[in-house]
Amino acid sequence: MSVYQTAKYAISDAACSVLSPVTPGSFGEFCPRFIDGFFVTVELLILSCSMGLVIAIAVAFARLSSNIFISKASFVYSYIFRGTPLLVQLWIAYFGFGSLGAEKLGLFWPLFKEGWTIGVIVLTLNTGAYVSEILRGGLVNVPKGQMEAAVATGMSWFQSMFHIMLPQAFKIAWPAYGNEVVLLMKGSALVSTITVLDLMGQTRTVFSRSYDLDVYAYSAVLYLLLAGTITVLFKFGENRMKTD
Amino acid sequence: MLELLSFGDSGWGDDLLKGAIITVQLALCSVGLGFSAGLLLAMIKLSRFRILRWTAEAYTLFVRGVPEFLILLLVFFGSEQIINTSLAAMGFAVTVAVPKFAAAVAGLSMIFAAYSCEVFRGAYLAVPSGQMEAAESVGMTRMQGFLHIRMPQLWRFAIPGLGNLWMVMLKDTSLAAVIALDELLRVAKVAGEATSNPLLFFVTAGLIYLALTALSDIVRDKAEKSAQKGMASS
Repeated sequence: MSVYQTAKYAISDAACSVLSPVTPGSFGEFCPRFIDGFFVTVELLILSCSMGLVIAIAVAFARLSSNIFISKASFVYSYIFRGTPLLVQLWIAYFGFGSLGAEKLGLFWPLFKEGWTIGVIVLTLNTGAYVSEILRGGLVNVPKGQMEAAVATGMSWFQSMFHIMLPQAFKIAWPAYGNEVVLLMKGSALVSTITVLDLMGQTRTVFSRSYDLDVYAYSAVLYLLLAGTITVLFKFGENRMKTD
Repeated sequence: MLELLSFGDSGWGDDLLKGAIITVQLALCSVGLGFSAGLLLAMIKLSRFRILRWTAEAYTLFVRGVPEFLILLLVFFGSEQIINTSLAAMGFAVTVAVPKFAAAVAGLSMIFAAYSCEVFRGAYLAVPSGQMEAAESVGMTRMQGFLHIRMPQLWRFAIPGLGNLWMVMLKDTSLAAVIALDELLRVAKVAGEATSNPLLFFVTAGLIYLALTALSDIVRDKAEKSAQKGMASS
């Protein structure tokens, strides 16, 4: 058992022993499940958020590329992922591609076997599409002269992008990016339909046993807590950026 | 393989089309209901009554922080329980099953209301208040000023946001598949299971959603252009 696993169990035990006496019995009974699901949701969020950001930056650059093939291809990617429901994307990957089986998928089979990996992949690609659009909006709003000036001082294209353009684009796009992270967090609840036991998955499991509607309320509180944390973190970042 | 998508008894084409129609109906009903509720919420948020204002703020905070999926399930299971317990309390010994379509519309319009009220509020505040003072100074009543000066300009600011929310709603209707309402995605799932070719049907459903959003995109552009008519382009 890894250190991380041990830490997770320790936190779960500690949280539940504190929460159980002060919360209704229907929560206390399933407390470890809720906490476990909460962790899975946070893991999904952190993984897909960070990998999605990398994709988004690449796609935003590609969109602005002068090569028509590259810019069109990246447009099609973001259009498809923004134009279809996340649930459809998840089901195409899990039930659709997953049904092709080990033979047809070959090397890719390990990725499509588990709901969790598909969840991470689809959430990453989905948020990558949305964030690329947000970043593109930020990039086109940074005055073009800055890029020219950076190149004129001898910076390479990548240097000027990463040191001059992107930081400013991020500053412009920051509030929209914060919203997108909250939307991604909410969207991640859909992975419960492809057998992932995230917070929503655990909630639905508990509900199917107890048929007690309160479990949805507890889960809502935990999701609100997460949304509140994300909002506060982004506000904090916004204030830090303001000072300079 | 494509004959599976044909119309008639042998294929699933007509079933998918029916599903798509239900999807659009679901989106239209939810947006219609959510639109009115959103306007009401925006009025409450702009009102003088602090308690009402706080309640509305708490409502939007809740809806914006909790997954749409959870809200839909909560409404679906919750409405039935509330109705049945209150019926039992009134002494009726019957259990009512809430139609899935109604539950889905209720859930989705709750979501739309929370998001659209912010759009309405923003649009209301975007109209410079000097214009309302000007309207009053030429002898208009507050109601007249609202109807003739503020309202017509309000749409100009609200239409882009509402267009985005329509797209979000169109995609969120797919969540109703989980409560087994026979909309597009659910039909695709059933068809995929019956023919053991899920990939074909899910991809087809995806393409239909894509067509619907592309169509909405065009309509939204038209609406935005017509709302900007006569305005100096900035």
